[in-house]
Amino acid sequence: MPLANTPTSVPVLVDAEKCIADKGCTVCVDVCPLDVLRISEDTGKAYMKYDECWYCMPCEADCPTNAVTVTIPYLLR
Amino acid sequence: MQSDARMDEIRDGLSEVECDVLVLGGGTAGPMAALRAKKKNPKATVILLEKANVKRSGAISMGMDGLNNAVIPGYATPEQYTKEITIANDGIVDQAAVYKYAENCYDIIQELDRFGIRFQKDENGEYDVKKVHHLGTYVLPMPNGETVKKALYRQLRRERILISNRYMATRLLTGPTGRVAGVIAFNTRTAEFIVVKAKAVIMCMGAAGRLGLPVSGYLYGTYENPTNSGEGYAMAYHAGAALANLECFQINPLIKDYNGPSCAYVAGPFGGYTANSRDERFIECDYWSGQMMQEFYQELVSGKGPVYLKLNHLQPETAEHIEDILHKVERPSRGRFHENRGTRYAQSMIEMHISEIGFCSGHSASGVFVDDFARTTVPGLYAAGDMASVPHNYMLGAFTNGAIAGEDAMGFADGHDFESFDAGDVAAEQTRIMAPTTREDGLPPNQIEYKVRRFVNDYLQPPKVTAKYEIAQRRFAEIRQDAEERMMVRDAHELMRAAEVWSILDCADMAAYASLYRTESRWGLYHMRADYPERDEDNWRCHVLLSKKDGEMHCEKRDVAPYIVPISDEEMGAYYRQRITATA
Repeated sequence: MPLANTPTSVPVLVDAEKCIADKGCTVCVDVCPLDVLRISEDTGKAYMKYDECWYCMPCEADCPTNAVTVTIPYLLR
Repeated sequence: MQSDARMDEIRDGLSEVECDVLVLGGGTAGPMAALRAKKKNPKATVILLEKANVKRSGAISMGMDGLNNAVIPGYATPEQYTKEITIANDGIVDQAAVYKYAENCYDIIQELDRFGIRFQKDENGEYDVKKVHHLGTYVLPMPNGETVKKALYRQLRRERILISNRYMATRLLTGPTGRVAGVIAFNTRTAEFIVVKAKAVIMCMGAAGRLGLPVSGYLYGTYENPTNSGEGYAMAYHAGAALANLECFQINPLIKDYNGPSCAYVAGPFGGYTANSRDERFIECDYWSGQMMQEFYQELVSGKGPVYLKLNHLQPETAEHIEDILHKVERPSRGRFHENRGTRYAQSMIEMHISEIGFCSGHSASGVFVDDFARTTVPGLYAAGDMASVPHNYMLGAFTNGAIAGEDAMGFADGHDFESFDAGDVAAEQTRIMAPTTREDGLPPNQIEYKVRRFVNDYLQPPKVTAKYEIAQRRFAEIRQDAEERMMVRDAHELMRAAEVWSILDCADMAAYASLYRTESRWGLYHMRADYPERDEDNWRCHVLLSKKDGEMHCEKRDVAPYIVPISDEEMGAYYRQRITATA
């Protein structure tokens, strides 16, 4: 039984222009309680890898360049 | 920093470290427990193990807008508070722990003040305490409440507490006499295992917040921080500790869909209140109790619902001031939720609902059974915060009881050597946790979790019906078998989710078992049994302790300890008279 790829719209958005993960910053990845953010190997920028968000906002509050925006997950918006 | 692909790669492996006192969970109670243990013996080694990152973990990751239960000289007394909590909890309270909290919490407020966390004062420099509870005055706003976690983190660094982030503990190790010996944990980004040997262990692992499914259907849209998936309850159970009154569920009032607190405690002192669709008040007092939730539920299902938080009768500046407080700390994304829907507090009422079920003594009473020193029934094992049985203890209770646990645990560690344990237990636990990594094909943890939690809603949500509970038990057993035989994961992150599935299943089973055992109704909606609708003081004015005996779930009655603060029958009824008679 192979696994399907069911798409979801993720609530955490990262502005690639502002994100400095490619310069070594990992703040948003570090602080997330659910550990859902990662740095992309392709772009060097942070992104939401797992759609498991409590919309709690440390990633946004602690980002040194204001690159992260937390929106409300669509299912409860 | 590992690159993206390496980060979640399953590496396996096992290492071992040791310490005098091990604290599990770095949210609220945990940091205070670690600090107090270290203060008692600065030469001792204290490790703080955390599933997320101590900087932003736990129920108060973004902060807290105030204290809900501050017992401050001149405003409230320990006797008064103990009485209030005993009444709110239908008499099923060992008062010693509540009284001790009440005596100690003012010192903790002053300690937090020294950490840089401010508490609101009036123009005379006195604490500006507000009345929300039925009898006493205990609510104290925190003007810089968003700085709580940062302030705690500074102290942990200063006192050189050894912090291990991203380690998920899965089982306690115990010795031949049943005493605690340490813990097994794994790194949630590499799946590498660690055994931490400790002379004493303090569990501060939060609520079981991922038990029921929120109305949105989004697995992580829970009332509690969803990182708190009930490991504390499950691990205590498997180590042989007793758990108290699990049938006294947590069900909270909240903002519908957003599923976060509506904060009547914040709005109440300004004149806000809970209203039905006719704009009418229907409860006397917004302080949470099972009886209050019962009235809330009745209103929701009566045709007078929905239920609202009403602020639009206030001066616009007042409503905006409340928005300002509520949209800044604890759950600041609440402002964005309202913005999407065009809701302004000054203009329209805010639709409320009731939460999914969970275990959480912070708001109700279900927790690992502890005495007034935060000791569980397993020697050397302590519990504090939302997962320990001291009822209604909120954030200040987590801090205060965490401090009590830290001090007593270090005393215990000073008087004992390491307990031995069976290496076979470690190997067996590694095999159990890693099983989903050995399959090429199968069921992903998110689907198994969804199914358990959907059945929790279908069958365990009060009113509790015996026949529905028995169906739930059968469904849970089937799902457990599915998980044992077919759960599969592809990386270390998913392995964490798989390990959480076991905690959720254990908690679901405990919720069902404890609820069926208590054949009466008590605590309002929290334990409303349709087949036994009356409170039965003759047979059930007692605790129910659940524990693992010979590998099986077991319940027994335990007498409530004789009251320190006597309560008259007249006072005992205070919380039963919640409904406003004019609208009844």
